[in-house]
Amino acid sequence: MRNVDIIIIGGGPAGLAAAVSAYESGCRDILILEREEKLGGILKQCIHNGFGLKMFHEELTGPEYAKKYIDKVIAYGIPYECDTMVIGISDDKTVTAVNRVNGVQVFKAKAVVLAMGCRERPRGALAIPGYRCSGIYTAGTAQRLVNLEGIMPGKKVLILGSGDIGLIMARRMTFMGAQVLACVELMPYSSGLKRNIVQCLDDFGIPLLLNHTVVDIKGRERLEGAVVAEVDPETKKPIPGTEQCFDCDTLLLSVGLIPENELTKMAGVKLGESTKGAEVDESLETSADGIFSCGNVLHVHDLVDFVSKEAEKAGANAYRYVKGDMKKTGGGVEVKNGYGVSGTVPQFIHPESMDEPVNFMFRPKGVYKNAEICVEAGGQRIYSRKSRILSPGEMVNVQLSPEVFKQVPCIEDVTVKVEA
Amino acid sequence: MFDVIIIGGGVIGCTTARNLARYDLNVALLEKASDICEGQSKANTAIVHGGYDAKPHTLKAKYNVTGNGMFDKVCSELDVPLKWNTSLVAAFSESGIPKLEELKHQGEVNGVHGLSIIGRDEIIRREPNISRSVCAALLVTNGGIVCPYELTIANAENAAENGVRFYRNAPVTKVEKDGGQWRVQSGAGTFTSRAVINCAGLYSDVINNMVSENKFHIKPRRGEYYIIDKSYAGTFNASIFQLPTKMGKGILVTPTVDGTLLVGPTAEDIDDRDDTRTTSGGLAKALKFGSATWEHIPMRDVITTFAGIRAHCDRDDFVIGEAQDAPLFFNAGGVESPGLTSSPAIGEYLADSAAEKLGAKAKKNFNPIRKSIPKFREMTDRERAQAIASDQDYAKIVCRCETVTEAEIRASIRRPVGARTIDGIKRRTRTGMGRCQAGFCTPATIKILCEELGISPLEVTKFGGKSKMLDRYLFDKGGGNHA
Repeated sequence: MRNVDIIIIGGGPAGLAAAVSAYESGCRDILILEREEKLGGILKQCIHNGFGLKMFHEELTGPEYAKKYIDKVIAYGIPYECDTMVIGISDDKTVTAVNRVNGVQVFKAKAVVLAMGCRERPRGALAIPGYRCSGIYTAGTAQRLVNLEGIMPGKKVLILGSGDIGLIMARRMTFMGAQVLACVELMPYSSGLKRNIVQCLDDFGIPLLLNHTVVDIKGRERLEGAVVAEVDPETKKPIPGTEQCFDCDTLLLSVGLIPENELTKMAGVKLGESTKGAEVDESLETSADGIFSCGNVLHVHDLVDFVSKEAEKAGANAYRYVKGDMKKTGGGVEVKNGYGVSGTVPQFIHPESMDEPVNFMFRPKGVYKNAEICVEAGGQRIYSRKSRILSPGEMVNVQLSPEVFKQVPCIEDVTVKVEA
Repeated sequence: MFDVIIIGGGVIGCTTARNLARYDLNVALLEKASDICEGQSKANTAIVHGGYDAKPHTLKAKYNVTGNGMFDKVCSELDVPLKWNTSLVAAFSESGIPKLEELKHQGEVNGVHGLSIIGRDEIIRREPNISRSVCAALLVTNGGIVCPYELTIANAENAAENGVRFYRNAPVTKVEKDGGQWRVQSGAGTFTSRAVINCAGLYSDVINNMVSENKFHIKPRRGEYYIIDKSYAGTFNASIFQLPTKMGKGILVTPTVDGTLLVGPTAEDIDDRDDTRTTSGGLAKALKFGSATWEHIPMRDVITTFAGIRAHCDRDDFVIGEAQDAPLFFNAGGVESPGLTSSPAIGEYLADSAAEKLGAKAKKNFNPIRKSIPKFREMTDRERAQAIASDQDYAKIVCRCETVTEAEIRASIRRPVGARTIDGIKRRTRTGMGRCQAGFCTPATIKILCEELGISPLEVTKFGGKSKMLDRYLFDKGGGNHA
């Protein structure tokens, strides 16, 4: 058993930023545990640009963005173990990990930062009918194959779902000589960023079929085609007679990301219904004492910049916890999702003891034009701003200073909502 | 020349192979697919049936009851996961109770012990998550669950260890009598033998009808299923059936030995025996009927769906034994449910019959013991440390959802009748069977398969044939990073 002040599970963007921030707050006993061979997480395979505009005011590729943090980890001498899988964690912050060099290791941490990221929803979870042939990949797996292994999965591609990775892969596969036939989206709007729709589909003349889905998979061995049908926007049921078959050898799925919270559950941490991540307070501490969560394992972000920002907070607060410097008491005040709002993080705040700004992040439940984003506390409106367009594909960020809450006496709950 | 050729590498063929390996016989098994366990044996409900359901005095009844009684021994010798979790046949209206009584009586005629009818309170005490509309149930204490692929593969491995030769990618195109021997043409060449055992499952009629005038016909029947995430393990303890219909045992909800839950199967007669598609109609039906047992099936935690085809025979029973008009040609035809349960008994019977006709003696050095690949996910931390100390590949977890290590994947390829495809690795180790459905582990699994077999990633298939995983290198081979 080895004692460590802060163990960070995951060496992707969240884990790296948490480690750097914990170090910069003064912590000198940090350990990052990363399951892959190298630090950087999913950024390693995101070779497109568009990262870092918020954090660094420049446009970076994924690996360049990761390198900014990896360089700091190395410069600070923060220890990390790659090729290391955490296989156990308990609520008393005992962490069990395995790797080839050290075998089974057991650590006792004073604080833990969960930064395991997320996974993609697979075909099986969608119950798409048809054959179980080869040629069906999640967009992220295809991205890894193309960008890290240098192997193309196929020649003629259909994309189901318009999540950002799917959109990015539409462009990437086109660049690499594949024919991308269409991007098919069940909802009446894309779940990806507007800029990705423009730069990855529109610029290449790839049609985006909204209110459509795949209703049959053809091909007993390798994929030979996918039947696409229009759906009723209300019921989401395919409309008979609208079927069209796309001849393709590859189907990429970009139909949602799921936070990887297996370890979180193992630690006995309470999970939120709508985010599928841990419930946290403004310090990003979970229901388990001294266990913090940040990045895509907490809730799925659109931009890595916001992951880093969130993780910096988690890292710094983990060190405050280690030092016994946390001022909050009790479970805090609940933050409720009001009209048009889903998955607000944090789920709890401590208005009394808060000493730094709190970031409310959420996803609108639908598309709202010229709507108002409001925060209410103790029955009073404490914040509002107009927004030209809100959509589930773009996460909303509301930053509020502690002073705003201190003006309201006796806060029993806080509600974040949309007024359309 | 072989003494015996077995056609078909499903659970019946592989069990028969293992039982023939007990004799001093030269045995070959021909499988048309790229791997054993690619047909019915991979896609079924994975239940060891009690034996109450089959009509009395049928072969289904006989082999079900006998086979059930052999499972403890077989699974212990072959190190295959087996759990006697009991079965319940639930009635959701009072009108079903007389039918439960009939089933109980039928089971008793078949020789099944330990059947009883239990009331609502007792059912709910045992199964707190069952629909509250349940009225009564037949409790089947000798009902169990087993891993059907591990059972099939374990039989094959043990058979191979004891000298049986396995030929995969060997579809049989012709079986004919040539003087005193059988000549079997296959995709892997022409073989001759003294005896042939037809364990061809969905194609058992085709093989039989090549040599016997006593013809039968398979009427393929498709069943569709959902698999629910293992985070729901413990939601149901028993395998919960609904009252059977003429199409089969109805849609059930059952735990698997791996902790996931199955909901299904539907029963739909189809024309094409390879039509393993899932359909929106079938899945909707499985959900609708499954919901009678499990009211709020968590669709958000469905990890995958699949379809299996049952080799339903127009004789409505198994066809077992030597063909009357074709000496030394033995059938295991029309083996559908309860085929998995019957497999130890059918395999033993066929092997013993063939051996007797061939005048074979018992092999002195037959080793009935097969050990499974040690599973990292089932080890204690101490065992894990030991496993890593003896093989560092145990420290590399490739499939994070099912916690499968590189050592297990390599072993699955190196073993007798080892994996040659991505699906082959999956069935031998559970790699890619978890909730991410191989999203993360596919590139790593491909890499390991290539290293072990000395092939290019472009040659790797999901399950043989044209099921190639990848299309082309983007750069000159060796120029890119193939890590």
